[in-house]
Amino acid sequence: MTTDTLPAVAAVPRTRRGTLGAGFWISVALIALFLSWALFPALFTGHDPIASAPAQRLQAPGAAHPFGTDQLGRDLYARVVYGAGASIRATVVAVLVGMTAGTLIGLVSGFVGGWLDAVLMRVVDVLLAIPALLISLTIVTALGFGVVKVALAVGVAAIAGFARVMRAEVLRVRTSAFVEAALACGVRRRTIALRTVLPHAIGSVLVLAALEFGTAILAVSALSFLGFGAVPPNPEWGLLVADGRTFLASAWWLTTIPGLVIALAVTAANVISRTFKDRSEVHG
Amino acid sequence: MGAPARYVAGRLAQGAVVIWAAFTVTFVILYLLPSDPVSIMLSQGGDSTGVSEEAESRLRAEFGLDQPVLVQYATALWRALHGDFGDSITLGGAVIGHILQALPQTVLLTAVTAVIAVAGGVGLAVAASATRSRTLRRVLTNLPSVAVSLPSFWVGMVLIQLFSFRLHLFPALGNGGFATLVLPAVTLAVPTGAVVAQVLYNNLSGALRQAFVEVLRAKGLSERRILLGHALRVAVLPALTLVGMNIAAMLAGAIVIETVFGRSGLGRLTEAAVSEQDIPLVQGVVVVSAAVFVLVNLVVDLLYPLVDPRISHRATAAS
Repeated sequence: MTTDTLPAVAAVPRTRRGTLGAGFWISVALIALFLSWALFPALFTGHDPIASAPAQRLQAPGAAHPFGTDQLGRDLYARVVYGAGASIRATVVAVLVGMTAGTLIGLVSGFVGGWLDAVLMRVVDVLLAIPALLISLTIVTALGFGVVKVALAVGVAAIAGFARVMRAEVLRVRTSAFVEAALACGVRRRTIALRTVLPHAIGSVLVLAALEFGTAILAVSALSFLGFGAVPPNPEWGLLVADGRTFLASAWWLTTIPGLVIALAVTAANVISRTFKDRSEVHG
Repeated sequence: MGAPARYVAGRLAQGAVVIWAAFTVTFVILYLLPSDPVSIMLSQGGDSTGVSEEAESRLRAEFGLDQPVLVQYATALWRALHGDFGDSITLGGAVIGHILQALPQTVLLTAVTAVIAVAGGVGLAVAASATRSRTLRRVLTNLPSVAVSLPSFWVGMVLIQLFSFRLHLFPALGNGGFATLVLPAVTLAVPTGAVVAQVLYNNLSGALRQAFVEVLRAKGLSERRILLGHALRVAVLPALTLVGMNIAAMLAGAIVIETVFGRSGLGRLTEAAVSEQDIPLVQGVVVVSAAVFVLVNLVVDLLYPLVDPRISHRATAAS
């Protein structure tokens, strides 16, 4: 059933089989850049993202401030660079939570089978039927606000998708001859599950993780935009767009530029995910 | 009972399971996590030290929180079956009243969104199928993948900047009449329209390769007549299903969109309920969203035979 995580479909230019297109490498470069922003923001800007400079308020993008300045005279480029920290960290946490929990559930469900499988998959069906944003908001209501809680909420909403994919892969791998052989040799079932089945099943999960990275950036920024994530004056991508809302009529750059950065990050993640998927299909 | 009636009954039962599941999931998250309405109410009051333990336990008893969990669940489910989700903590009054008051605006928004998504998606797919320019086709077929990567709140603001502030075509905010509906509906239609365009384009390519198209060509029909009159009719059905499936996503998307455009409705109510941690209201919203989703998909299913005479629920019910 379709939820608000729409099947992302990436613009991968058709290339000869075996070579990776320019779109893929541009996407990798963009993600690498955003990760570097998140890890070492001071390398990319000399401006302070939080200290205000009233004399330079609401300047349009120019030589001194490539992305312009906000209503308090803060350099928008610096705020976007430092904002990557909160946004990307929350996204990574969300994907890790969803992937770890989902992979474990899928592994147990597919490997053990029987009534446990039936129960777990019914729960997964139910979770997939509810839009991810509603699940995340429900969790935020229960946990409270903040970047970490938003990350958890987005991650929990992603568990069901990972569990579904992992289980399908485990069922596929389980029937292969080497698993039968390991079972016949009397290898412990837990060892087979973790050492034999998991490595062969993880490929599709990683493709989904790349896709989910884009979805999670959107979800985290939407929740921050609604005011449930990062707290001002700390920069965060979704929050930056929300902050610029008051100045829509006069200062277009305050919303347009951070939004473009989010869109670029999501597109790049989708292109990478799609490339992995196409290649795994070619080889598999 | 005839076959169509049995089919509808089966679908209603499935729908009831989805709604029950939505209730159960929200109950588990909202009431079993280490927070409950009383502790949130008390912490919102500022210093919780001022509240005596006696008063707190009286409040808990009032909400039934001193009961065992399963009893709480059964009571809540029984009440929800009668449309009673309790009272809103922050707004006062029955949750269901607030929801029913907000629902029409959002249903209207979703309906207009669905129309725009279908029109835009069909238009894009037909244009991509009809064009002879390879470059244009590549641009048109890649447009949807870009569209689903855009943050919806940002799309909304860019549209406000362009069409409200620069061109003064549509009002930026509010719920006054049809003009205020256009920009939010277009924004909300972007992701669904993108998926419709994509699926429909693939279906059209498939339909144009079918044998009946060769027959039509042999009969001398123009390519345009074949595309619009015949292939489109075969290809459009799965795209309609997609819209039905995306209704839940649109309702969720309305939370963000109604906030951006300052519209009142179910989405705004949800946003307010979450910011105030109004647990009964949040649960009511999720369950009602699930119910709307189930109803819309049931209607879409029943409309199928009207669009495509090859489908009848007699056949599906028998198989």
